[in-house]
Amino acid sequence: MAFSLLRPIPVSPRVRARIERLEIPWNRYGLDPYGIDREELARFFTLLEFFYERYFRVTTAGLRHVPTRGRAMLVGNHSGGWAVDALMVIASVFFDLEPPRLAQGMAEKFLERLPFFAQATSRLGQFPGLPDNARRLLEDDRLLMVFPEGARGTAKTFFERDGLVRFGTGFLRLALETGTPIVPFAFVGGGEAIPTITNLERLGRWLGVPYVPVTPYLLPLPLPVHVVLVYGEPMRFEGTGREADDVVVGWVDDVKRRIADLIRKGREIRRGRLAVSALEEAR
Amino acid sequence: MKVVVTGVSGKMGRIVARELAGAGHRVVGIDVRPWPDPPPGIEVVLADIRKRPAEDVFRRERPDALVHMATVTYLTHGREARSRINLVGTQAVLEHAHTHGVGRVIFVGRHTYYGAAPDAPLYHTEEDPPLAVHTYPELADLVAADLYAASALWRHPEIDTCILRIVYVLGPSGHGPLASYLSARRVPTVLGYDPLFQVMHERDAARAVASALEHGLRGVFNVSGPAPIPLSVLIEEAGRPAVPVPEPILPRLLGRFGFSRLPRGAVVHLQHPVVVDGRRFRDATGFRYEYDLPETIAAFRGAFPPEGAAT
Repeated sequence: MAFSLLRPIPVSPRVRARIERLEIPWNRYGLDPYGIDREELARFFTLLEFFYERYFRVTTAGLRHVPTRGRAMLVGNHSGGWAVDALMVIASVFFDLEPPRLAQGMAEKFLERLPFFAQATSRLGQFPGLPDNARRLLEDDRLLMVFPEGARGTAKTFFERDGLVRFGTGFLRLALETGTPIVPFAFVGGGEAIPTITNLERLGRWLGVPYVPVTPYLLPLPLPVHVVLVYGEPMRFEGTGREADDVVVGWVDDVKRRIADLIRKGREIRRGRLAVSALEEAR
Repeated sequence: MKVVVTGVSGKMGRIVARELAGAGHRVVGIDVRPWPDPPPGIEVVLADIRKRPAEDVFRRERPDALVHMATVTYLTHGREARSRINLVGTQAVLEHAHTHGVGRVIFVGRHTYYGAAPDAPLYHTEEDPPLAVHTYPELADLVAADLYAASALWRHPEIDTCILRIVYVLGPSGHGPLASYLSARRVPTVLGYDPLFQVMHERDAARAVASALEHGLRGVFNVSGPAPIPLSVLIEEAGRPAVPVPEPILPRLLGRFGFSRLPRGAVVHLQHPVVVDGRRFRDATGFRYEYDLPETIAAFRGAFPPEGAAT
């Protein structure tokens, strides 16, 4: 295999056992048809296990809303200057869902241009966010993870951390076209983990990324804070995906409202005012 | 059927001609290169496809089908010659096919038509446009030949024209850019990138051409075999020494110090995948590959053992 930064990580037995339970057709090279690499995935999850179980204090609620089989789309808000939110979602459906699933994100296209990131994203099933890729994965009954805010969302500062910015509409058209249920989720605490004060766009352009977040301690390293991940009931929309934009925008707003509602619940949980058990019993 | 095969004396041309002859077709090959003692059922005419003697073959033989394989890459020809052979040659043989009542035409093209780019979909369908003409100028004449050949679908609607975009082939003949790349003393990769490569056995590729001919396909079809694998795995399985090089330095090393000879534009193909969806072809022909990847790579490795390996 190619030189990989994850290579030295010894795979944890728990990760090994869960990898074996993933519903992915591995071939004799330990690869799936999209080039996802079982061993690299195992090393990645071993690293992620540390952050999910120890580094951050993660509270996950509503995981029962995530279908254990078949196509589905996890749709949520961005919180934190870079993909900490995505990593925690991937970790939650791998470590806490029975049986485990691999959430496949629609990665920012700039990642494909960066050495090592390009290699890592393609071996870990996090493909560039293109409608063709998304459609193919959904038709293959995979679990897709979408952040409709895109890079606008990760660029939120500490003061905007629990707000929502403009949603793209592509995800909803794809859900209509492929008959995919949308599972809304909220991620709360990412803004506290990476408290962005400002984003340096010129430095970013120079490095080949959209921007570089700056925190009070300068580097955008995440702090070991309490983060909350709340999944909501699946939403189904009937349609073809060829509807006029104003129709689709209306449905996108429905999803956005649900996510805003889940963010409020997540904040309550994070402040200790709402017990996760109360949320679980509510439905 | 009586089939004219252009480019018949090349490694891949011979494999396809044998496959067709084996299937009971009569093959008349055209090539500027000789093929001494071709097997029974195959006749070779020494001619340039752009010249009059080539047309004479069509006039004299009245073939039922044309398999056009006389396209060339940077490996053997310079820029000017490439565009003359790939474009003017394709134009000439399509004209002959039209003039002399050939019913079926197969253009044997390449999946690199789609080009590698960071923002390209992982699996290309036949509708996708060529993306890398500006980053990989050495492909431009092949892309143009592919599109030109496809225009025969409306220019000569009476001919069943079929464009095949076949993935990289590998096998005992050592044909093709991939084999050439892997045969170097040092096989360069781009540090931090490991794109998927799609490879099929050369025999399977030839079987696909024969199958397209028999089914009288019309339109554009991707042809693929086993699922793609990362370049690093391919190089390792082929027993070659992969040397990861940072991207800015790599173009300066190509063709030197034992590194594979590649055009500068090929570097992007070592960073990003070109992978095609071959479903349309499989659905239309029922084609199934015979050689899996380990067999395919082993066939190449057996014919071209790595340096220093026990033979």
